[in-house]
Amino acid sequence: MKPYFHSVTLDKEKCLGCTNCIKRCPTEAIRVRDGKARIMDERCIDCGECIRICPQHAKLAITDSFERIKEYRYPVAIPAPTLYGQFPSHVSIDKIMNGLLQLGFARVWEVARGAEIISQVTRLFLEKNDIPKPILSSACPAVVRLIRVRYPELVDNILPLDSPMEAAAYLVKKEMKKEGYPISDVGVFFISPCAAKVTSVKTPLGKEDSNVDGVISIADIYGPLLSAIKKLEEVPTLQKASGSGISWAVSGGEAHLVDKEHYLAVDGIANVARVLEDIVMGKLKNIEFIEGLACVGGCVGGPLTVENPFMAKARIDARAQKYPGSLPELSPDIEWEDFIWTKRVKPTSILKLDEDMNLAIQKMESIDIIHKSLPGLDCGACGAPRCRVLAEDIVQGQADQIDCIFKLREKITELAEDMVELSSKLPPSFSEREKK
Amino acid sequence: MDTNNVNEPMKMQFDIAHDDFIRAGEASSKIKKMLLQLGFSGRVIRKVAIATYEVEMNIVIHSWGGTLDVEIDPGSITIIARDRGPGIPNIDEAMQEGFSTAPEKIREMGFGAGMGLPNMKSCADEFFIDSVVNKGTTIKMIINS
Repeated sequence: MKPYFHSVTLDKEKCLGCTNCIKRCPTEAIRVRDGKARIMDERCIDCGECIRICPQHAKLAITDSFERIKEYRYPVAIPAPTLYGQFPSHVSIDKIMNGLLQLGFARVWEVARGAEIISQVTRLFLEKNDIPKPILSSACPAVVRLIRVRYPELVDNILPLDSPMEAAAYLVKKEMKKEGYPISDVGVFFISPCAAKVTSVKTPLGKEDSNVDGVISIADIYGPLLSAIKKLEEVPTLQKASGSGISWAVSGGEAHLVDKEHYLAVDGIANVARVLEDIVMGKLKNIEFIEGLACVGGCVGGPLTVENPFMAKARIDARAQKYPGSLPELSPDIEWEDFIWTKRVKPTSILKLDEDMNLAIQKMESIDIIHKSLPGLDCGACGAPRCRVLAEDIVQGQADQIDCIFKLREKITELAEDMVELSSKLPPSFSEREKK
Repeated sequence: MDTNNVNEPMKMQFDIAHDDFIRAGEASSKIKKMLLQLGFSGRVIRKVAIATYEVEMNIVIHSWGGTLDVEIDPGSITIIARDRGPGIPNIDEAMQEGFSTAPEKIREMGFGAGMGLPNMKSCADEFFIDSVVNKGTTIKMIINS
């Protein structure tokens, strides 16, 4: 296996080498080199910002093709609650679930139910464990990765519990095993609004392996699902999730966990970064729980969705209201401890300038000097998002001073002046008269 | 100073303006980012971030302006905040949790809870404070890595 797997990748053919993506990336993971964007694997957190901003649609999220469900005798769909927001309210959740069965799935198990269970597990976990406040939700895999890269001082604040997706996959497999299905014939497919989920299935952070066997994008399944729903004749009841699980699709879905006053719901990766920044400085006091979601609006704003996120949010809110209901008690055969992460999430040291701190300090000083000599326009023409980052790249041997077009111009001016000066010089054997 | 020591600490200075709540916290944020790039542990970064932010806010709220000097050395980080201002008449009293002289408008903004100095002290391994009434206050904090 490659040390890094990323869902977010570049379609080189389509990339024009413009600088929109480098400026938007929250971990400064993209540079333009040889006229094409290049994603630095070790820095990318799969947030999908570059997918959204790219005017050429040259950034893609690698997901599994729908064909992959044929690899299993009993393919199971676990739809993210976000899927419900892609359809108008007259298309009931039961219809959506039956539509998935029509497409060839043997069973549909709602991730919204997984969310309800994780809510209960979180309560139990927090009763028995003391983790540093504010507790940071681990529901969004891009945010967990952002913390690892940019806020190592906060990794211990991350709630070390499975996501609703993992919980759903685990529980449906358990359920089917109990019913006598050979588990190797069961393939669980997450219907996803999210690129980072693909990465977290292939290379999970808190556990060795994921229970999810494949991730299919909502955008890919939307068309076939819409036709399947139209053809439905009978719609047996399948929905089990209530509003509290469904609302995890939007920002604020975990709000019931703690008092509203001590709870922050933050959406959009740049906003999440700003809040984490303030947390580290001790600026936000008395906050107990932060639900940070990388996409604007929450998962409804995911890069693999088709519906306008604000529209989808309104629909999710309406559906959640339609199915009120308190959180179901955990059934006796569920061990809540099964959902606790078994692997500690470690901070990365990717932004470190050097392993040797003395050398790192020297490099930092060189960066400061170079940075001061750059124009400070942050134009991006050098392929780095900001002048400061170019200075870092120069010191790390990844770029050159004259990658800066202003520096290049200065150099050309100097050269031109030198040439003019040289051209006025004559060999001593030439007389004054000959000069004219 | 030992001239054979090739590794001089890295030094930087930030100006902090009185009542500038928009830029308040910027110096702390920059320092924090640098420490991350230099490879300091999360624990140290957090202590420095809290200490610098609190001292920066103190200058913004209470003084007439000042400077923040930071010296970074692999073994420790030294923060020196100097301000011109009213000074602190009774340091012992000011060091108590909850003691505050912040005016009402500052409290309304959510500051001035009287935790600034105690927070700084709890983050710092060494803490020195010196103040002259109607001249200003100097705070020196050392955080070991």
